[in-house]
This record gives sequence, C-alpha cells and structure tokens, in this order.
Amino acid sequence: MAGKTDEFKVIEVKRSVFDANDRQADELRDELRSRGLFLVNLMSSPGSGKTTTLRRTIERLRDEMSIAVLEADIDSDVDARTVAAAGVRAIQLHTGGMCHLDAGMTRQGLESLDTEGIDLAFLENVGNLVCPAEFDTGASRNAMILSVPEGDDKPLKYPLMFEVSDVVLINKIDVMPYFDFDMDACRTNILARNPEATIIPLCAKTGEGVDAWCQWLRDGVEAWRA
Amino acid sequence: MHELGIVFSAIDTLEEVGREGSLSSISSVTLELGEVSGVVDSYLLDCWRWAADRSDLLRGSELLIKAAPAVSVCDACGRTYPTVEHGRVCPYCQSADTELLTGRQIEILEVVAT
Repeated sequence: MAGKTDEFKVIEVKRSVFDANDRQADELRDELRSRGLFLVNLMSSPGSGKTTTLRRTIERLRDEMSIAVLEADIDSDVDARTVAAAGVRAIQLHTGGMCHLDAGMTRQGLESLDTEGIDLAFLENVGNLVCPAEFDTGASRNAMILSVPEGDDKPLKYPLMFEVSDVVLINKIDVMPYFDFDMDACRTNILARNPEATIIPLCAKTGEGVDAWCQWLRDGVEAWRA
Repeated sequence: MHELGIVFSAIDTLEEVGREGSLSSISSVTLELGEVSGVVDSYLLDCWRWAADRSDLLRGSELLIKAAPAVSVCDACGRTYPTVEHGRVCPYCQSADTELLTGRQIEILEVVAT
C-alpha cells in the first residue's frame, strides 16, 4: 500500500455521529409543525406503564381530538393491538433488533399510518433509558415515564434521558407506600438534570393525576398550531 | 445494542460526507469518544467491523478511537475537575451544583479517503 499513500487524503469532518439523524429529525419536526400534528415521543424502561398510560390518556382525550399511535417494539404487535382496542388509529413498527427509533423510522411510521386530520400522535419508543435519549426522533416533544418501583435515583443513573425530556410522568404512585421512593428527592434529581422539566405524578391504573397530563397535552397541541 | 445504533448513525453521517466530497472509498475513520459517552470501545469496534463491511464506501475501513476525558465545572467555586474521579460533587468546595463541560461527545474527527 506504501506506493499508494499519495492518493490518500485526510479530511477533517468534526461532526457528531448523530449529525445525519439530527438533521432528518429537524426536517420532520418542521413538517409536523406546518401540518399542525403534535407528535409526542414517549420513552421509559420496559414495564413502567407506557401502554397503560396511553390507553388511559386516549380514553380521556379521544372525544375532543383525533389521536394516533405508533408503537415501536423489537418484535410483536401486542401493544398496537392493545391500543387499537381503545379506538384510535395505531401502527406497529418493528425496529428489527434495534433498541431505539430514529428520525427515519419515525417518518416511515407516520407515512404508513394515515395521519390526515390527526391532532395528536404518540410514538411509543422502545423500552430503554439509554439509546432513545440519544436519537432525536423528530417528535414535537419528548415525554418519559418513570415508575415508582424503578426508584427515585434513576435521573442520576440515566442523566441524558432526563435532560432531553420535556415532561416526566412519575407513574404508579398508588404503590408508593410499599417502596422506598422519595418524591421530593426524585423531583430534585430530575430538576438537577433538567431545570425546565415539567413533572407530573400520576397513576395510570386508577387515573389519579391523569388530568394534569391531559392538560399538558391539550396545551401542547394548541401551542404547536399557533 | 447501544453501540450498533451508534455505528449505523455514524455510517449514515459518513455516507453524507462521502457524497459531499465525492469520495469513493474511506480507509480509516477517527472518532473522538468522550469518557462518559456510555460507549464501550470493544463493542463499538465489533459493531463497526460488521456494519462498515456492508457499506461500499467503508468496506475494510479501520475505526480509530481517540478517548477524550470528561471534565465538570463547579458553579459554586468556578473550578473544573475530572468527572469520572469525583462524580457530581466538587472536590474543592463539596458543592453538588456542578455541570459536565465535556466528555459525552461521540464525534467523527477525520477520515482518510481515496
């Protein structure tokens, strides 16, 4: 190879590995804004209650706005069937082994789902607190669910997830008496990572606190169109 | 598999770089990896080999990793300190009011192209 060295050239790049995805995400977000479609990227650990929270949210809001759901999973269509049973348009995306969704996959999902006339769409990301935080999906807002059994120290362990989330739902507050979960410490830990975060304690199962979350969504839909 | 997603994303970005510069082949890629990026070097290299060999632009290319230290700044006393050694608490004034200055980056620094 020594004789070919002259043909090599060193090119300075200085770009984040996420550069291409970040640009696609910004383009998608601009399009969503011009269409007035408010897309919420919902992230959490597996088992924190994403699907139950979505079902509860859909029950409360489906009479006042048109809702769609994109479910992402490594495999299976369990979540899409569950959500479709709540009476909204739903599509299941398979990430093919990948642990997150990126902007390209989100766009494909939106294109395969008829989003004409939809006011609010949820993107149920893969259950994972690491990769989904790194890949901008192009959604209007990021929401995450932290459930009580996971512990109040999660914001310290997965700081990026809490930094990128506009709203943090603290779910399963009905079981607080059984766990060593300190709500004040949890708030402090979240706000240390992200002073702008809105924090909403709720219980998707009993419905407690769901009103505040639905109001956050209504305000979001309205502001997105403005 | 966190590292595989990062490799796919890096390849998308590199293919853009390739199109912009009309490059036909890249023989090495230098990546700066922050100490608290959460990426495991050996996994990243394994994923790279697998994925890069599926790209015409990057087939056979070598991935070089340059480690970058993580540094935090204390908002209370203004001093900087190594993050990995001391964590969130300032070693000088014991304040927890600290922020990460650098160390999370996963950046493509340069490529060698033909």
